[in-house]
Amino acid sequence: MRQELIKKFEDLREKNQVKMQEALDQGQKVVGMYCTFAPQELVVAAGAIPVGLCGTNEKPIPAAERDLPRNLCPLIKSSYGFGITDTCPYFNAASLIIGETTCDGKKKMFELMAKKKPTHVMNLPPEANSPSSLRLWKDEMVRLKEVIEEQLGEEITEEKIRNGIKLINKEKRTRKALYDVNKNLPSVLPGSDLLKAAWLTTFSWDKNEVIEMLAGLRKDLESLAAEGLFYGDEKTKRILLTGSPVGLGSDKVVKLVEECGGNVVCLENCTGYKIVDILVPEDESRDVYELLAETYIKIPCSVMSPNNDRLNLLKRLALEFKADGVIDLSWQACHTYNIEAYVVEKMVKEELRLPYLHLETDYSTSDVETLKVRIAAFLEMMD
Amino acid sequence: MITVGLDIGSTAAKGVLVNCSNKCRTKIYYEIMPTGWSPRTTGEELLKRILASSHCSSKDIDKIAATGYGRETIPFTHKTITEITCHARGASYLAAGSSMVIDVGGQDSKIIKIDEKGRVLDFIMNDKCAAGTGRFLEVTSAALGLDVSDLGNFADFKNFAPINSMCTVFAETEVIGLLAKGVPKESIVAGLLNSVCTRIAGMACKFSRPSKVAFTGGVALNKGIQKALQQKLDTQIVIPQYAQFAGALGAALIISELRV
Repeated sequence: MRQELIKKFEDLREKNQVKMQEALDQGQKVVGMYCTFAPQELVVAAGAIPVGLCGTNEKPIPAAERDLPRNLCPLIKSSYGFGITDTCPYFNAASLIIGETTCDGKKKMFELMAKKKPTHVMNLPPEANSPSSLRLWKDEMVRLKEVIEEQLGEEITEEKIRNGIKLINKEKRTRKALYDVNKNLPSVLPGSDLLKAAWLTTFSWDKNEVIEMLAGLRKDLESLAAEGLFYGDEKTKRILLTGSPVGLGSDKVVKLVEECGGNVVCLENCTGYKIVDILVPEDESRDVYELLAETYIKIPCSVMSPNNDRLNLLKRLALEFKADGVIDLSWQACHTYNIEAYVVEKMVKEELRLPYLHLETDYSTSDVETLKVRIAAFLEMMD
Repeated sequence: MITVGLDIGSTAAKGVLVNCSNKCRTKIYYEIMPTGWSPRTTGEELLKRILASSHCSSKDIDKIAATGYGRETIPFTHKTITEITCHARGASYLAAGSSMVIDVGGQDSKIIKIDEKGRVLDFIMNDKCAAGTGRFLEVTSAALGLDVSDLGNFADFKNFAPINSMCTVFAETEVIGLLAKGVPKESIVAGLLNSVCTRIAGMACKFSRPSKVAFTGGVALNKGIQKALQQKLDTQIVIPQYAQFAGALGAALIISELRV
């Protein structure tokens, strides 16, 4: 039953591409984005399709290493590799790429990517709480709107942006409601399946259809739970996963936790919970760019400094999802998450009093066996 | 109850039989053999040997647990447990009162923080490569024409030749270079042992200084390392008599308490 539910999402792989082509043929535009800091609202307001292009597969990494250093995070190499090898249909379809000055690696990679595709990099300030940061970030929102208008030849009105805000908020609320299903004890869905549903819906041509599918999945899962059909039982160890972004193809840790008899019940990462309860206020009386700026600057990514909101979010999620332990994943050479692991470890051990495991790895399968020993031993610690 | 723990390591396979049928006197039997190319056959052979030495038959055995890198290849076990959990428990039994276990085996090294009952509180394991493991010593001692078991007695720590590379392959090249320069073998051996200790101490310092450390795994048989490590960590390092068997013993002890 559960597999049938997920199959619908797996089928999206093909369906998305066909529908995307149809939309392109009808003159619709695609805008590629790599980060949650890029406001989808402005893309939607231009009548274009926003797609997440963040690379989560190791295939194009050797190609990327022709231009980029080997000792760079796999996510950046994979993202760039897909771009230059013409192997990602969504990258090919995009008329514009939106990047941000998040981490150093991405920021410099976008300079190279710009040689391949029109790329606009938003200047994200690292400090969320200062008034000057907010002013700059608001200006960046206005500048992005102008760039999109120019590149796509579409006028973006304030009304369209406000409609975009409503649509994206609806999507985020739906995603959150779906993720919340695994607050149930025992959990209802394996973390890897939840990730699949969340990930494959980011390539969709139609937000409304995505919202419907995700809401449908939530309902179906709730009925499963009502019938007493769970994933695992009360004793299955519940893991909160945090750290660098994880997607399909880079989900080995999520799968290994399941293989060892546990379940990732909550992903704090940016493909998970990090952004779903940060909604742009639907306040008609306020400046729309200001609203976008003050919302997007709150995303608790490790590129922000300081980044206390991530700790607060983790504390909340650990309690709400009744986590038995926290796994903190850093991709190799992802300096910001790797350094932040220190404060996360301290908080998890001292304040939450939960076991904590920091893993540093890349997209390859070369260390799967040693990772498995660590994850299995970590779960055994909770017995 | 009679339980067996099998630790199928990358180099050696260890078997322990724990007989606690007589509550006043727990009897423990130990067996070891090279893992070879087939962990499964080795596991079967190891069980046969330990049954023979303990004068038990397979019917007497209540439960069997396997650990070590080959743990999943053994078909006749009731449970598999990771080597981290097993080493913690076994070492705590062999060296009571330890708050840290340093286990250095054939292809990995682990630092485990434990509580008074031998339960894992936290652990660190080496990443990806064989630096600071038994394999590092095996490969580099081969370059010196020595057997790994001779290294401890051979080392001249007073005149040690620093080995700079942590990488097994590059260290081997470095050893050959030092030999060509005429550096005495004793100094090179001390350099190698020192290099392993630096690596282990680097991992161990992530945790607060322990009062007592149980040093286990095949590399613990090497007395030279104990001395060097004691200096680097500035704490008491105990090498129990059956240091190599901590994992298998832990598996046998843990399984005796589990309902499986």
